[in-house]
Amino acid sequence: MTVSDDRGQAGSPTVTELPNAVHIETEEGRLLAERLADDSRHARRLLEVRNLSTHFFTRDGVVHAVDDVSFDLDYGETLGLVGESGCGKTVTALSVTRLVANPPGRIVSGEIIFDGIDILKLSAEEMRLLRGRKIGFIFQDPMTSLNPTLPIGFQIAESARLHLGLSRRAADDRAVELLSKVGIPRSRERMGDYPHQFSGGMRQRVMIAIALACDPMLLLADEPTTALDVTIQAQILDLIRSLSEEFGTAVILITHDLGIAAGMCNRINVMYAGRIVETGKVDDIFEQPKMPYAWGLLDSLPRLDEVKGSRLRTIEGLPPDLINPGPECRFSPRCKYAHDRCRVEEPDLSARDGEGHLARCFGTEPGGWIQ
Amino acid sequence: MANRTEALEQPAAAGARAASLWGDAWRRLIRNRLAVVGGVIVLGLFILLFFGPLIAPYPYQEQHLVELVANGNRPIGPFQGEFLLGTDDLGRDLFSRLLDGAQISMTVALVVQAVVLLIGLPIGAAAAWYGGRVDSYLMRFTDVMYAFPDLLFIILLSVTFRDTAIGGALNGVLLVFIAIGIVSWVGMARLVRGQLLSLKETEFVEAARAIGVSDFRIITRHLLPNALGPMIVAVTLGIPGAILAEATLAYLGIGAQAPRASWGKLVADGQQYLRAEPHLVIFPALVIALALLSFTFLGDGLRDALDPKLKGKQ
Repeated sequence: MTVSDDRGQAGSPTVTELPNAVHIETEEGRLLAERLADDSRHARRLLEVRNLSTHFFTRDGVVHAVDDVSFDLDYGETLGLVGESGCGKTVTALSVTRLVANPPGRIVSGEIIFDGIDILKLSAEEMRLLRGRKIGFIFQDPMTSLNPTLPIGFQIAESARLHLGLSRRAADDRAVELLSKVGIPRSRERMGDYPHQFSGGMRQRVMIAIALACDPMLLLADEPTTALDVTIQAQILDLIRSLSEEFGTAVILITHDLGIAAGMCNRINVMYAGRIVETGKVDDIFEQPKMPYAWGLLDSLPRLDEVKGSRLRTIEGLPPDLINPGPECRFSPRCKYAHDRCRVEEPDLSARDGEGHLARCFGTEPGGWIQ
Repeated sequence: MANRTEALEQPAAAGARAASLWGDAWRRLIRNRLAVVGGVIVLGLFILLFFGPLIAPYPYQEQHLVELVANGNRPIGPFQGEFLLGTDDLGRDLFSRLLDGAQISMTVALVVQAVVLLIGLPIGAAAAWYGGRVDSYLMRFTDVMYAFPDLLFIILLSVTFRDTAIGGALNGVLLVFIAIGIVSWVGMARLVRGQLLSLKETEFVEAARAIGVSDFRIITRHLLPNALGPMIVAVTLGIPGAILAEATLAYLGIGAQAPRASWGKLVADGQQYLRAEPHLVIFPALVIALALLSFTFLGDGLRDALDPKLKGKQ
């Protein structure tokens, strides 16, 4: 494995000068520092999440917000995390950056290997090297994610100054370049403007500029267009797509809108109640979904050829309580096709037609009762 | 014609530049007349802090014995002869002494608030940011300090350290300033904690974390600027309290020692002539009242101007 190879090298160059002034404490941190110093070396995959569980310890009990989730992401790939509210999409993304609020949340088990580095073994300080430098984050609401008392130029340049060790002027030049890249006209003049002088769509462009300031390898976009109106949505998504292609950035796009996921992603993870219930290439998910929950999601999309006045379709019922989930299939209470077996035993992710297409359903397994 | 278009364009450009939060606040502040009056007087007092001795007609400690004897060994009244506000019982020019007192009072304003910020800010910020046990310990400590009788604490401190180096510094005044600061930081700590508690849950803090900003930098660069408005107001409104505390102590004989005199000391000294020569009490008392009111008006004005809820109104 690449990781152990790198670590095995005795007398490997130690990086002493890191702009972020972080003291390297752990083995993984040393590896990270080497990676930051030498961009050419890469692991097999950009991101490998293995059996990740993130729980929230609340007064009412332990909420299994993310439960035994595993997935991979290749360099430059765009992955969609799709599911309804509260299914663990955001917590998965926050876990990848170790930004889960603690307390009450904690990553209780699993591994997150980012570019060959087990980030759960990094110290909190070392993790700071990674955030912003290699992983960019776009938040849902651009109205509240920018600091109202700081000029946007400062907020964009901050990341470059922290991570790339740029001087104030060089960082400002970088910020101007990014601002024009994200499509803000007269970018140099607008550097000194405050967030309240920008519209929502403009602010999300600024957020994208901040996230891309250090040319990260991974961009986490948490419902980046939910707070924006529809015409702006398309612009922002186009911008994310074109910039991620230009920068070669892998993207994890979190959305509840399957339409967006279909247009943006190479692969899709459908999440339900803290678990991945179906994963596969975008075509497989849309053409031959193999999980009743995914059908429900697809079915509930409004369509252009719909009979006027007909009701929007929904999935009956509510997602289950994530405190002490039972042994059954978590979708079974809402599933029209559920058999007795589904109510006592939870299926594993198993292979379906199509490369890397997995689904968590007894009914659609070979020999199952749903065809 | 050309002139007119210029005149039209310029204010628009200036408006666009000043559209920051502080620009907004400034515009609201200068529309508040009381605050402007208060601000001008406060500015005047700060000028006296540095240039008071230059304006003073006489050195504050100079005794004009010839004139005093000519007046029958009694304090000279105001608005007669060469002494604007008269003299005290030792023939010293009251106006000059008030100017010297202004220096002491303004130093109180600055030093005490500096001590308050120095102690209150880190304690409040640490309590809010780290929360949990750190928060509990720091805030219980703050509660204990709050429960301690202020005057007793200041007097004890002054008496205990009277003969040390700090006790002697600045004619014994520095110790009093520090003592007042030590009993006054509680409010600032609570204010900063409250502000930061609500601010640290905001998304822009999470966004700052997400680009790898350190805790210290998040507090100093991202959170404190957002809390600056209420802090400025608290500092401004805290100054009258400090001046009053100093005056109270001076009245009790603690603090500036003769021949220097703070305003409170002047009141105390003049008290014995209250019936015959009331000007010795009235003028220092008036000056104290004026200073307190000015700071209060300015503070109130700042509070209204910096209130984010009023943004865009008025």
